[in-house]
Amino acid sequence: MAARLAQHGPDGGGAQPLISVRGLGIRFKTSHGVWQATRKLDFDIAPGERVGIVGESGCGKTITGLSILRLLPNNLAGLDGSIMFDGVDLASCSTRQMRDIRGRRIAMIFQEPMSALDPVFTVGHQIAETLRVHTGVSSEEARAKTLDMLRRVGIASPERRIDDYPHQLSGGMRQRVMIAAALICGPQLLIADEPTTALDVTVQAQILELLRELSETSGTALMLITHDLGVVAETCTRMITMYAGEVIEDAAVDDALVKPLHPYTSGLLRSLPHLSERRGKLASIPGRVPSIMDMPNGCRFKARCPYAVDACDAEQELRDAGGGRKVRCARFAELDLPGALQHATTAPIAAMVAQS
Amino acid sequence: MTADAHSIVSVRDLQVRFQTTDRRATVKAVDGVDFDVRRGETFGIIGESGSGKTTIGRALVFLLKPSAGAILHDGIDPLALPRKQFQNHRRDYQIIFQDPNAALNPRMTILSSVLEPLELAGQGTRAERLARAREAMDRVGLPQEIGERYPHQLSGGQKQRVVIARALTLRPKLIVCDEVVAALDMSIRGDVLNLFADLQRELGLTYVFITHDLAVVSHISERVAVMYLGRFVELGPTESVSERPLHPYTQALLSAEPRPLPSSMRGGERIVLEGEIPSPIDPPSGCRFRTRCRYAQDVCASRVPDWRELVPGHWVACHFADRPNFSPN
Ligand SMILES: Nc1ncnc2c1ncn2[C@@H]1O[C@H](COP(=O)(O)OP(=O)(O)OP(=O)(O)O)[C@@H](O)[C@H]1O
Ligand SMILES: Nc1ncnc2c1ncn2[C@@H]1O[C@H](COP(=O)(O)OP(=O)(O)O)[C@@H](O)[C@H]1O
Ligand code: SF4
Ligand code: SF4
Ligand SMILES: [Mg+2]
Ligand SMILES: [Mg+2]
Repeated sequence: MAARLAQHGPDGGGAQPLISVRGLGIRFKTSHGVWQATRKLDFDIAPGERVGIVGESGCGKTITGLSILRLLPNNLAGLDGSIMFDGVDLASCSTRQMRDIRGRRIAMIFQEPMSALDPVFTVGHQIAETLRVHTGVSSEEARAKTLDMLRRVGIASPERRIDDYPHQLSGGMRQRVMIAAALICGPQLLIADEPTTALDVTVQAQILELLRELSETSGTALMLITHDLGVVAETCTRMITMYAGEVIEDAAVDDALVKPLHPYTSGLLRSLPHLSERRGKLASIPGRVPSIMDMPNGCRFKARCPYAVDACDAEQELRDAGGGRKVRCARFAELDLPGALQHATTAPIAAMVAQS
Repeated sequence: MTADAHSIVSVRDLQVRFQTTDRRATVKAVDGVDFDVRRGETFGIIGESGSGKTTIGRALVFLLKPSAGAILHDGIDPLALPRKQFQNHRRDYQIIFQDPNAALNPRMTILSSVLEPLELAGQGTRAERLARAREAMDRVGLPQEIGERYPHQLSGGQKQRVVIARALTLRPKLIVCDEVVAALDMSIRGDVLNLFADLQRELGLTYVFITHDLAVVSHISERVAVMYLGRFVELGPTESVSERPLHPYTQALLSAEPRPLPSSMRGGERIVLEGEIPSPIDPPSGCRFRTRCRYAQDVCASRVPDWRELVPGHWVACHFADRPNFSPN
């Protein structure tokens, strides 16, 4: 793990990052005035790397993904910071430059594939169009490439499916079609926002396997947005945890699971039913996320943190914690927080390990 | 299975059919299910979407009428009761759904929502009803001042607590919990699950806990049934089902569950099933799982597997579940 981090990690000094986000802030106009939905986001994704973005509802995962493609809703009040992608700042580049990158070099898929597919066109037409718009290939060639892509994403007898309309496909097949459409131009980065949340667990396993395999064989980097730590553990190499519009931890998945550095990450791991005694008390995080309208100046997790001290009232920066890790906590160096392993001897975990 | 004296619910050959909207076909949402729920236990039902879990839950509390088969509450058939008695009886069997927003009227204060079932039931004086509602809010850990608020002023976890308080005011014996934590954020899920466990201990409640989340079901239930396409394929003590699953579908389901573990502890090959759950309008002949089963033989297409008690208390419907080396473990 450490070796992989040294190559790909943000501070590893190895490969150039594919995308480098610095100081990203997203502000919206609302009837209550302007509100700051995310702020000071810093993270990198290396070529071919698979990064999970986790955090609970409303913490800013989706809008962070959308901001990379400049697809934010139109009540956007402003975007701060920079998003460097191959020498271009996506936060400030021209609409023409953005259009050339979106769909061709960076693609995105969403939770509900039905809303992203056009019901009046066949799936083959929709995939082939993307390819034709971006590369100008002939329609025969586009169709041949589409068939090939449908086969690669695991659609059985694609020649029979290519002329189907989206409503004729099952949920899992639609998500495969979305993935085919996203990957047809061979993007360098695929942003997947909760791509399996609407699917059943057996179909979810198929889609996650597919995403991992495609990223490994084609070198496409993956930014996987999810609230499910299991999905990240199965699919990604690095995990970025967000809380209340900020990145609070950034580490290799195994490191974050075994030894989380932020009390919130540790609390999340402890509250998972997988990791606690069957029918025993589950740990939970008391309280709730502070409202955007009423954010504390210091650590945003303080009101819920069992380790809070006065020093936490000072503004917290995302700090380098060594070993390619970053964390936003005043006390990370002195705390020794429990992760997933501490609970590994309990029955449910032992069973899961035995089954695999 | 015979009706057992400890059973608060006995279900015999339950069938629920729906007409499709164009009225051309019949959906066999539940197609011959047998089980007993013991007083004071948590009985889990897991399965993928469309397998019939919610339909069973609604039938258990008589929100819908079985097309065939019987559901006994405490050994009696509620449908045979006179109307008035049936209405009273139903209060003992409550159901809570996934989405607290759909269950709460946005224009009613929280206290009025909690009071509503008591008022509809016309029980006691106004003062007694208020006391009962406040007690229920107390039980679920809601401060009394929340009673004056409206649903949009509460968090998701608080709203789900309100819905639970509402169900508790009628002092039910059994609560069907249908995906009750699915809409909650992970950091508060634990809280709500703990609450269910505490209430069970304090009030002697029985739960039927319906979920597609294996980690949740195996944490909370004593026994669990696995449902596929309108039928149970396996039923047994939670430990046995999750540690020694007998049915190939259960094995695949357990192996597909994403595990939040470091790679050193995950290891091993996962069983990745092909395809998706077929339509309940025209389910496969014989064993319904055969189109996705890696062990399927000819007999699986021609004969419906018997529902057998292979190990005491552990039931399974698969022709080959008793073969050695059948399970991948
Ligand atoms: N158009 C908008 N106008 C105002 N606020 C918005 C808008 N879109 C999103 N927000 C707010 O920005 C914050 C982050 O939203 P986002 O959709 O990124 O959350 P998320 O982390 O993806 O959550 P979930 O897990 O529920 O999908 C939330 O507080 C949300 O209410
Ligand atoms: N009122 C209804 N009318 C028609 N079909 C229904 C109705 N309710 C459920 N069904 C169908 O019955 C099957 C089982 O549904 P349900 O019990 O909701 O499954 P689950 O809760 O396991 O997801 C599904 O195929 C569903 O579409
Ligand atoms: S800075 Fe303080 S309050 Fe915030 S997470 Fe760290 S210890 Fe807790
Ligand atoms: S009866 Fe046949 S098809 Fe069904 S689960 Fe058993 S082996 Fe598989
Ligand atoms: Mg989102
Ligand atoms: Mg349901």
